[in-house]
Amino acid sequence: MNSIIPTQNIEIDYNELVQSDRAHTSLYKDAQIFDDEMEKIFYKTWVWVAHASEIPDVGSYKTMNIGKQPVIAVRDRKKKVHVLLNRCRHRAATVCEHKKGKTNSFVCPYHGWSYALDGSLRGVPSPESYGECLDKSEFPLISLRIEEYNGMIFASFNHEIEPLEDFLGAAKKWIDLFMKQGAGYPIKVLGEHRFTFPGNWKIQLENTTDAYHFPLVHKSFLSSVDEQTEELFNFENQPGYVEDLGNGHSVMVMIPELVDLDEELMQRPIQERFEELAQALRDEGHEELEVRRIVRAVGGSGFNLNLFPNIACSMAFFRVMQPIAVDKTEIHHSVITMDGGPQIANQYRLRLHEHFQGPFGFGTPDDAEAWERVQHGASAGNDLWIMLNRGLTGEVKTEDGLKSDVSAETGMRAAYQQWKKLMMS
Amino acid sequence: MKIDLNLLNEVTAFIWAEADMLDHSEHETWIKLWNEKGVYIIPIDPSLTDYENNLNYAYDDHHMRQLRVERLKNGEAISTAPKANTVRSVSRIRILKDDNDEIILRCAQNLREFRKENLKHYTADVIFHLQRDVEQGFKINRKIINLVNSTDTLAGISYIL
Repeated sequence: MNSIIPTQNIEIDYNELVQSDRAHTSLYKDAQIFDDEMEKIFYKTWVWVAHASEIPDVGSYKTMNIGKQPVIAVRDRKKKVHVLLNRCRHRAATVCEHKKGKTNSFVCPYHGWSYALDGSLRGVPSPESYGECLDKSEFPLISLRIEEYNGMIFASFNHEIEPLEDFLGAAKKWIDLFMKQGAGYPIKVLGEHRFTFPGNWKIQLENTTDAYHFPLVHKSFLSSVDEQTEELFNFENQPGYVEDLGNGHSVMVMIPELVDLDEELMQRPIQERFEELAQALRDEGHEELEVRRIVRAVGGSGFNLNLFPNIACSMAFFRVMQPIAVDKTEIHHSVITMDGGPQIANQYRLRLHEHFQGPFGFGTPDDAEAWERVQHGASAGNDLWIMLNRGLTGEVKTEDGLKSDVSAETGMRAAYQQWKKLMMS
Repeated sequence: MKIDLNLLNEVTAFIWAEADMLDHSEHETWIKLWNEKGVYIIPIDPSLTDYENNLNYAYDDHHMRQLRVERLKNGEAISTAPKANTVRSVSRIRILKDDNDEIILRCAQNLREFRKENLKHYTADVIFHLQRDVEQGFKINRKIINLVNSTDTLAGISYIL
């Protein structure tokens, strides 16, 4: 009789779990995989933390999590951005519990250790008890590596990571195009809708380049807009596409004529739904070209750019993703306005955002319902797969990667291949 | 402080009826309670009261109210099927202002929602701006729903608060 005790294989074979046209159901529900994702993705790659306009001034800060770790993004006295672990170096209490604000320093409420905006430890109360045994220079708030591209601020726990621009690669030109919706004004994030859904974060990641769900899940939204807008959102009837941009990033072009918002401003007619706004802008004394640029920008870009792992430039807003647990995810939809732009145009953008986004919107609750059902359904069939093969037949090579029709799952395949690469490294 | 009990009774009867209509999906009648220029607002940050120039959860004018009612009615939205059952209690009503044009009152609303397997609870401070109306007593000029947890992350809500 064989006396060798069988050992359970605790290593997960990620190569097996993600294939070229499918991903295994366990990716949605295995808590060990989730813990691994925190280590190998969220603590290794570039993670988006803020748009520059969210921390505009000296002392402006914003708090969030990277993976499961609380951090603070803050602008110091020299206007340099820092991303700091929100943890006092003494006995670990968070030094800030507000979502955003402005401050001169971060003071731990427990014993009063105080830190400058760049994270350096400035002072500790009653230092005499430490005598010679505390060197303040050894205990700053821990600083992450940060880089910024066109207002998008990313941070990484990994100080050896490649430069941000290399990581973004072909996605950079799409970021540049997206920023055109400032219509010549700087882009400003003016609040966000936060909501959670009981499902894995990758369900949402997939959704950003999923045109296939739009006519079905968002039927009630489409019924609530005018005919011309409904036609514009009929992506299947336009020569749109999804393109894999490398490093897990992808773009879905739904409305090709709205890729470059500056194109043919005077040649194309203003959409009916914006006529009233256009007239109001003319009445305010804006030149016709300016009116058209602003009105075009108000409607947003005709594409969704999905940047792996946690940020999307999605038509007219930023979608920020925060994994909470294997079956719980938090999403922020940040509204974008024109800083210093006409008030009526910004109001229009705010109202458009409220129409679709957030827990009371005409779009988000239906998305959340569909994602919740994915998580629920994934409880069945432990050996089944999430199929990602749509659009494989028509997929062609491009300068930046691969491309297929607008409702292809090319973007999802791109994300899962990057996922696999990081999980296996 | 002298409380005008007659007025308090009148407005209470009106907003209780409004609450009952919403809990029992009598949306067409509910819309008629509104002044056409009235706005229904669910703010995110209670300290930002310039609602027009800030982001809200909802900022519904007459057109958006009609669309919202239509969305609840037509069954096209998967978040509304199955429908959420709601029961709300409105209480702690205080009249903040009463002049000839407008009555402003504040009240507490506790709402329980049940949908699929989940029982949820939403508590809010609600502010009504009411205009006297010959036919139905009052018309709503403005309704502002300040959820106590408005700055938290919420889940989808596919009914009218």
